[in-house]
Amino acid sequence: MLGQTLREVSAALKQGQITPTELCQKCLSLIKKTKFLNAYITVSEEVALKQAEESEKRYKNGQSLGDLDGIPIAVKDNFSTSGIETTCASNMLKGYVPPYNATVVQKLLDQGALLMGKTNLDEFAMGSGSTDGVFGPVKNPWSYSKQYREKRKQNPHSGSGDSDWLITGGSSGGSAAAVSAFTCYAALGSDTGGSTRNPAAHCGLVGFKPSYGLVSRHGLIPLVNSMDVPGILTRYVDDAAVVLGVLAGHDPKDSTTVPINKPLVLSSLEDVSKLCIGIPKEYLVPELSSEIQSLWSRAADLFESEGAKVIEVSLPHTSYSIVCYHVLCTSEVASNMARFDGLQYGHRCDIDVSTEAMYAATRREGFNDVVRGRILSGNFFLLKENYENYFVKAQKVRRLIANDFVNAFNSGVDVLLTPTTLSEAVPYLEFIKEDNRTRSAQDDIFTQAVNMAGLPAVNIPIALSNQGLPIGLQFIGRAFCDQQLLTVAKWFEKQVQFPVIQLQELVDNCSAILENEKLASVSLKQ
Amino acid sequence: MLARALWLGLRVPLGGPRGFTSKTDPQGSGRITAEVIEHLERLALVDFGSREAVARLEKAIAFADRLRAVDTDGVEPMESVLEDRCLYLRSDNVVEGNCADELLQNSHRVVEEYFVAPPGNIPLPKLDEQEPFPHS
Repeated sequence: MLGQTLREVSAALKQGQITPTELCQKCLSLIKKTKFLNAYITVSEEVALKQAEESEKRYKNGQSLGDLDGIPIAVKDNFSTSGIETTCASNMLKGYVPPYNATVVQKLLDQGALLMGKTNLDEFAMGSGSTDGVFGPVKNPWSYSKQYREKRKQNPHSGSGDSDWLITGGSSGGSAAAVSAFTCYAALGSDTGGSTRNPAAHCGLVGFKPSYGLVSRHGLIPLVNSMDVPGILTRYVDDAAVVLGVLAGHDPKDSTTVPINKPLVLSSLEDVSKLCIGIPKEYLVPELSSEIQSLWSRAADLFESEGAKVIEVSLPHTSYSIVCYHVLCTSEVASNMARFDGLQYGHRCDIDVSTEAMYAATRREGFNDVVRGRILSGNFFLLKENYENYFVKAQKVRRLIANDFVNAFNSGVDVLLTPTTLSEAVPYLEFIKEDNRTRSAQDDIFTQAVNMAGLPAVNIPIALSNQGLPIGLQFIGRAFCDQQLLTVAKWFEKQVQFPVIQLQELVDNCSAILENEKLASVSLKQ
Repeated sequence: MLARALWLGLRVPLGGPRGFTSKTDPQGSGRITAEVIEHLERLALVDFGSREAVARLEKAIAFADRLRAVDTDGVEPMESVLEDRCLYLRSDNVVEGNCADELLQNSHRVVEEYFVAPPGNIPLPKLDEQEPFPHS
């Protein structure tokens, strides 16, 4: 049941094969069993059960709200949820309970979805590993999969025990781990530089980034206003389409949403011969792992063998996109983080000498090094003497990058095909050897140009690596052609038949571990 | 305030604008003078806290300097990908609000319907006006 698609579960609910409460209980129990993954910051058990009860009533009366009624979902902890703590994994917002729901959250709730909880992330969504939040790092469920463990046993040099667990990627790592471990059917992430697609690639999921302006950002605690979008993480492309259909559309509360209100229907693509796939040559960088390079090549060959036209295109400013992103991101962050002064919400320190002193101390206590570093960098680039040379310059480069994509699409390309990440998920101990900024600069390389141009993009898991870990590829579409993009992605998903993660052993062992822990604590008390 | 005091402790023996340019960083632009540090800390109301943070900023600037290599003559800056569209404006009717109580609940210090702030218009002390860190 937990491994099925959204539509299959929805049908099962309608037919009474399972009730929303039973489904909710299953997911809650799995959340408890997989607590060590640290995917959830807040588990909203009571809320979810109450929602399940209401959903059950609706099903009994034959009045289900739609495909999402009674379906467990999770939401990244930088979306405001009314009455439920929203922290952004930061001390600044610990204990903050928003008085309203983000529009995307409201839309999901209006469709009857069950909110299982708020998921873990990098602090304020800054990072590419989900390792820098105050609630600790998120562990990749694939670290415990049969597929990975078996490959490790074959390697005599590998360490044993839990110390070599893998990162999920970030910054929506908690959402990715939650979906990957079957604790929910879909999760909301956010995507500013690849924060939904990166963990999707590392956790073997569909990670969808909509066109900028298609989905409302009202209630999403902002990082970079001109690039943020809510992202969708699911196990299947169809599921992502169902969720997108609910979320897309103009929101009067977000004036950066465009007045598009077409319903989203994913048709089956049988024939790709009219399709033109573009392969950007600048994305072939030396740091790309040979495994991913080979899979990328095989994917291109697959399209060609099925009749599609596959051509090489050039996005000449690719090598500057990460630098441009760095300047624009830190500048917007410097502005967006200015609202956290301790006065109206969030953490407040005890200093009462002056407003300025109180603000400064509050912000020192509330933000971690990564956030503070970005604020300071951003302020530097925005100084009067630097504004033209850095900020405006980056805005000009942004236009060049966006134009690169426009030119590629104008040459007849429908969809671009690129890698999503440089390699498969790495062990945490390996990842933390470099600092956050360096890692982000490395890991965002294929994903963040898309945010600068505001295009839709999706990660589709393609195969397991030699180590038994997921590898994904990215498809990029034209602006507001999200439906077409997902249609192509769905065709590709069907061709590659990515394997399901085998976690049963873990879940079974886990209950045994929990039992042993309980027994141990009892005997200690005696 | 401890971080600020530690900062002072680091500054006192070195002094001068050379202060915190990381000597081991070959890309150090030398542009992060003490004045710049102070200026940024005031603007951001966030302090560097350590030498590493200054070094990180220098690396970030060196990284950003790569943009100079791009020819942007005649290119207009891009503020938003939706620049070709009009922003939608809602009609000027009040449809929600009246939620003062809910909003006040999130603040730590409230008196009746006011958010309470410490006295304003008191600038942060300049670094050289502060007490030096007591050496133990």
